[in-house]
This record gives sequence, C-alpha cells and structure tokens, in this order.
Amino acid sequence: MAITKRSSTALAEHRFEYEPAPEAIDHVNIAPRYGLFIGGKFVEPRSGKWFPTINPATEEQLSEVSEALKADVDRAVTAAASAQESWGRLKPSRRARYIFRISRLLQERSRELAVVESLDGGKPIKESRDVDIPLAAAHIFYYAGWADKLEWAFPNRRPRPVGVCGQVIPWNFPLLMLAWKIAPALAAGNTVVLKPAETTPLSALLFAEICQQADLPPGVVNIITGAGKTGSLLVSHPDVKKVAFTGSTEVGKLIQKAVAGTGKHLSLELGGKAANIVFDDAPLDQAVEGIINGIFFNQGHVCCAGSRLLVQESVAELLLAKLRDRVDTLRVGDPLDKNTDVGAINSRAQLEKIQGLVESGLEEGAEIYQPPCELPAKGFWFRPTIFTNVSQSHRIAREEIFGPVLSVLTFRTPAEAVEKANNTPYGLSAGVWTEKGSRILWMTERLRAGVVWANTYNRFDPTSPFGGYKESGFGREGGLHGLLPYLGLN
Amino acid sequence: MATAPSLLHLGSLMGGVRSVDQVAVEERAASLGKRSIKKASKVWALELAIRMMDLTTLEGADTPGKVAALCGKAIRPDPTDHSVPSVAAVCLYPSLIAQAVQHLRGTTVKVASVATAFPSGQTFTTVKVTETREAVAAGADEIDMVIDRGAFLSGGYQKVYDEIVRIKEACGSAHLKVILETGELGSYDNVRRASILAMAAGADFIKTSTGKIQPAATPAVTLVMMEAVRDFHRETGRSVGLKAAGGIRTAKQAVQYLVLLYETLGPDWMTPNRFRLGASSLLNDVLMQLAREKTGAYQSADYFTID
Repeated sequence: MAITKRSSTALAEHRFEYEPAPEAIDHVNIAPRYGLFIGGKFVEPRSGKWFPTINPATEEQLSEVSEALKADVDRAVTAAASAQESWGRLKPSRRARYIFRISRLLQERSRELAVVESLDGGKPIKESRDVDIPLAAAHIFYYAGWADKLEWAFPNRRPRPVGVCGQVIPWNFPLLMLAWKIAPALAAGNTVVLKPAETTPLSALLFAEICQQADLPPGVVNIITGAGKTGSLLVSHPDVKKVAFTGSTEVGKLIQKAVAGTGKHLSLELGGKAANIVFDDAPLDQAVEGIINGIFFNQGHVCCAGSRLLVQESVAELLLAKLRDRVDTLRVGDPLDKNTDVGAINSRAQLEKIQGLVESGLEEGAEIYQPPCELPAKGFWFRPTIFTNVSQSHRIAREEIFGPVLSVLTFRTPAEAVEKANNTPYGLSAGVWTEKGSRILWMTERLRAGVVWANTYNRFDPTSPFGGYKESGFGREGGLHGLLPYLGLN
Repeated sequence: MATAPSLLHLGSLMGGVRSVDQVAVEERAASLGKRSIKKASKVWALELAIRMMDLTTLEGADTPGKVAALCGKAIRPDPTDHSVPSVAAVCLYPSLIAQAVQHLRGTTVKVASVATAFPSGQTFTTVKVTETREAVAAGADEIDMVIDRGAFLSGGYQKVYDEIVRIKEACGSAHLKVILETGELGSYDNVRRASILAMAAGADFIKTSTGKIQPAATPAVTLVMMEAVRDFHRETGRSVGLKAAGGIRTAKQAVQYLVLLYETLGPDWMTPNRFRLGASSLLNDVLMQLAREKTGAYQSADYFTID
C-alpha cells in the first residue's frame, strides 16, 4: 500500500535537529544607564564616569553603569556607616522579616533575573533559571532564619555585628555570589557596600531595585559599580570593618596585603584546581555526567570546577572514549536558548587567557580533543576541550584556566590519587567516584580540599559550608560557619 | 553461543556488571526531559514516534473485531491526513495473530506477539518454547518474551540466559524482544545486569515492561538500558534495539524518550528498526499534537478515531 511507503528519503534522515527555543526577553527592562545605589536611592556618580556592560554572546551593549571612584566610595561607606547603628539594633525578628521579604521578591522576579544573568554573563538560561536564581533565593531565605537565632547559634557567647562590610564579588555567578555575601551580613546585623564585577553588574543593580521594593532601610545595602580601582578603594576604606572577597588568588593576595595590620576582618574565596577522581569500580556513565558537569558547567567559569580529571589507569581508555562521545553531544551556542548546554565566555580578556593556556598545553605536548561543533560568528566562544597525556608539571595541570578545559591524568593506586590530587597550591574542592563507601571516607580524610563531593559534583546547599585550603582562601560561606565572619563573639 | 557463557563466567569472577548510580541517572534523565522541542523538529519527532509505535492491545477481552479495528488504525492512524505514516507494528496475544496477519498483509506494519506465558512467565520452559514456535508459525514477525524474574532475582542467571537462548532458537527468523519487567527488578543495577544478560543471550531488542506492572517504563530506567545497549555495542559491535513500553501516554513523553535516545545512542538508533514505543493510548495524543502543529489549532478528541 502506498500510504505506508511514504517519502522514504525523508525517513532515512535520522538526524534530530532541535529548532531554536529562545527564552523570551520582552518582559525584561534594562535601563540604558544605571547610577550607584547609595542610601536607598540610585544617584549619579560624583566621578562623572560611566562604562558599558556588554552581552558576551553578541558583543552588543546592554547598558551603561557608573564608575565609582573615591568620592563615591566615601559616600557609599558613609551611608552604610550611618545605617549601621539602627540596623544592628533593630529587633532581630524585624531584621529577619526584611530578609525573608527580599528572598520572596527574588523568587517572584526569578524569570527576569535569570534572563538578565544570561544576557550579561553569557551563561546558559537553563543554568541561570534552574541553578543560579533558585540557589540565591534559597541562600537568602536560609540566613533570614538565622537573624533572630544568633544567640542559639553560638551558646554562651554574645554575638554582635562587626560593622560596615565591604564586599567584592566575581563575574561567574553574579547574583548567587551577591546572595552569599549579603545574606549572612544582613542577618548578623551589619550593613554592606557591595561591588559586583565590572563585566556583570546588572543583576546586582536589579537586586538594588528589589531592596527598594522590600522597603529595606536606606543605607543597609549599597551597590557600587566599577573595576579593580573601585574595589581597591572599597576594601582599603578606613570605615570598612570587614572585607569579603571572592575572585582570583592574585587579587586576593593584593587585598590581604592591603588590609594587613588594619584590624579588619577578612575572608577570601579564591581560585581552585580541583581533582575529580574516578576509581575503576565507579558507575562510569554517571561519572561521565559528573565530569561534564564538573568542568563544562558555566563554561568552566567555576572556582571549584573539576578541572583535573584523575582516572584509574585500568578504566582510563573506556572512560575517555565515553567522555569524548559525551562531549560531542554538548550544545554550544546562544545562552538564551533553552537547549544550550555551554554558553559564551564571559569576556574577551577571559577568552584570551583561556586561549593562552590551551596553547601552552599544546606546546608542552598534551593531546587535545575538541568536538566539531559550530561556534557563532560574533561574541566570545570556546569549544569544550579535553587534554590527555597531561603530566603534573604542565601548566594546564597546575594553573587555574577558568574555562571549559579539562586536563586528564591517570593514577594506579588510591595513595597515588591522593598524592596527585593534593599536589597543587589550591585546595577548594575535590570529587571522588567509587562504589565503595569506605574508600570515600578514606579519601575524604586525606584530601586537602574544603569540599569533597562523592559520586556527584558541583552540588550546593545553603546549609553546607563552602571554602578553601591553602591558596584557595579562608573563611567559610554557607551554613552556621558562614555567620562567623560577620560576627564579633564576646 | 560459544563466547557468551565465557562472558558470563568472567563477569562473575571479575566482579560482574558495572553499577549504576541512582541519583545521578535520574538527574540526567530529568535534565534531558527539559529539552524544548519546537516547530519542525517537533513535527519530525511526532511522526517518528508514530513510525516507532507498537500499537498494543493485551486484554483478556480482545476479540477478532477489536484486532480488526486496531489493524485499521495501525495502517492509517489518521483517516483525514494521508501524510501521517503507519505505525511499526501491532502487539497482541498469540491467539489473535492469525487475524492480524490477515488484516496487515501487504502493508509495512509488522505483527508482534507476546509469548512465554506473558506477563508472569511462570510456566515450564517447554511450554514457552512451544508457544513461541506456534506464534511464529501463525505468522508473528516479532516475539515479545518475558524473562523469568523469579530465577533472576534468586540469582539463577544461567537459567534466565539459557531460556532466552532457547526462545531465540524457537523464533527462527522472527525478531526477539526480551521484556525485563524492570518494575519487578528492584534496582538500576539489576536492570543493567538483566540488559547485558539478555543481549548476550541473543536478544534483538530489550524491552522495559509488560505494561501490567507499575512502575513500567520511566525515562531513568530506559536511560540505564540505553547505556547498556551502548556498552554492548562498543564491546561486541552488535546493535541491539530497545523498546520502552507501559505508561507512555502523551506526545510530550514520547518526544522526551526520543530526546533521551538521540542524546544517548545517537542518530543510528533513531529508526523503528532500533527503537520502539509500546503503547495502547499514546497514538491519539500524538495525532492531536501533530494536527496542532500543522493547523495551528487543537482539534476536539472527537476528530480522532477510537479503535
């Protein structure tokens, strides 16, 4: 019968091309220009300077933001200092009410925030929608709960606020890092001046609008924009009592020098070069998913990215074959497409840094694998990359690349795995993949890393403390521990 | 046959089949469920879902009249739109094979019959072999057998294996689909183990469920079986097909299974020769969505035939 033999040429075509599925952006209002958020209001910068923020996927300008210089930083810190006393003395349950309200508003505006985060930073909408924004709201919600329970958190001690907090955050998780910084600070009764990264200021400025919506008392949260100079002015301001920084180890060291001897509290969350360790008894297909998530999540712009894969030699060949097949299926492209797995590199400067390190890997003799995916013509893009034949001495095995680049090394015994994993100046995170519970515990005892994930990777929860060893920094964020940097305890 | 038992023996000596992590596999299946399939790709997927469908009726109340209606629907799912393709096969009990063969002669629609004391499989191996032989003799192109879950769960892997080998022999040139009944196996580790065992014993397809036990097919359990098929192909070079059956009722679910298939086994498996959807009530929802994509409007259920 003819009807059952329909268009055999069309049927022979087995390829499944997904049509574009872009997230709508018409519900988002980005102002052409943003002032500084100081004392509860958006004000023109006294510096008189502005700079553009662009969409890294298209290189088009999204908006213009102010550059805060000395007079503006002074003004912001003064606003925070004058709000400090009344906010610190506010009945804790009242304080909690404001923070809960902010968390709810974040949830209400989550679609808008997700789109802005993807537009400004280049991350896939599925990540900003399903990870960044929900986690940020959960973090704020969690610390709101601590605000009136501080005396139970630290029994027989008298917790008190430390004062104005100067907080500087990175561009990889703009709103989430803002939440990690602001939520515990406010819960503990401090006021803050926060500076988002110069390439991703927009979600913080939307957060400023949310503070207005929540009727937060003026001066409790101040958002100033600018680059390294602004950050340096903020952390060295004499009225700032507590400095919190997340970013590169290089800048972290500069900050530590700047605050040395000033009596300021300091917490640093810096770089990493995490080992993701796969034993021969691991559930391999799920380990492959964990490796992919570990290094290609957010284009590898993750301080705890599993950038060194340590795989047991007996399964290395099989695992790598599976890994290459899986990398071929990654969908690289428009961050606003709901089917995109890997988005745009955050900035031209970061792209150049990644390219430089990848070239060094080739020069030092490592073998490269990249899937044959097409990249958009405009914007900043880098193919997911796997390096094999990497040795401990290669730069790509030692330096933080902060991009979608995985270095694969092998080991023979658990002891060798620990030795290689710990042989790095960093110590932020690690992953262990094995079916053996006892081996997980054995490894966890020996790995010098702030977080060890077992049979999973990049999993976050507000109740769980996060932070580093060695050059990955000090101080913990999240959980009860995350309150400590923001409190004085008598 | 000569190599397969040694594979099994080596497996038991070297620690057996690799394990599956429950949390991670469910997470992966759920994340692929979030793919957004639109416009032309949706139409393509919906038509493929029809071409991959085993239109099923497995009721004690099935009659020649019911089979006639089902076969009509299988050949021409949408009488108003001749561009809609036929389904892959009809799936029914052995006593109704003859009727189906008569109605489907000259079409591309295959006759699939369940056998081996479906759905429980709790009878003598000789009876199962005889049932299979008779089903093939009556004209079945495909045999859907069930594994002996009692033997599997009590560690009698060899018994399960030998039985599949004998049924495969009895099938002759008919295709053998081996139903694992994953809802009774209790863990993803067991699903993976049973998949490898069935493929090693000669299955042409492995199939999730009978549809008589809950849970039937789920995206996660199907993913585990796809991963086993992928590993078996890597190891032996043989491409085994896969059938998800039971509980797939909406076009959206069907498209999610196709996404899972595409991103796990790739384009080579995007064909009715390698993947089937076993369903009794899925077809009309797919037709409804297809009409929606073509006309821009949803039609009332009364515009789709009930067979």
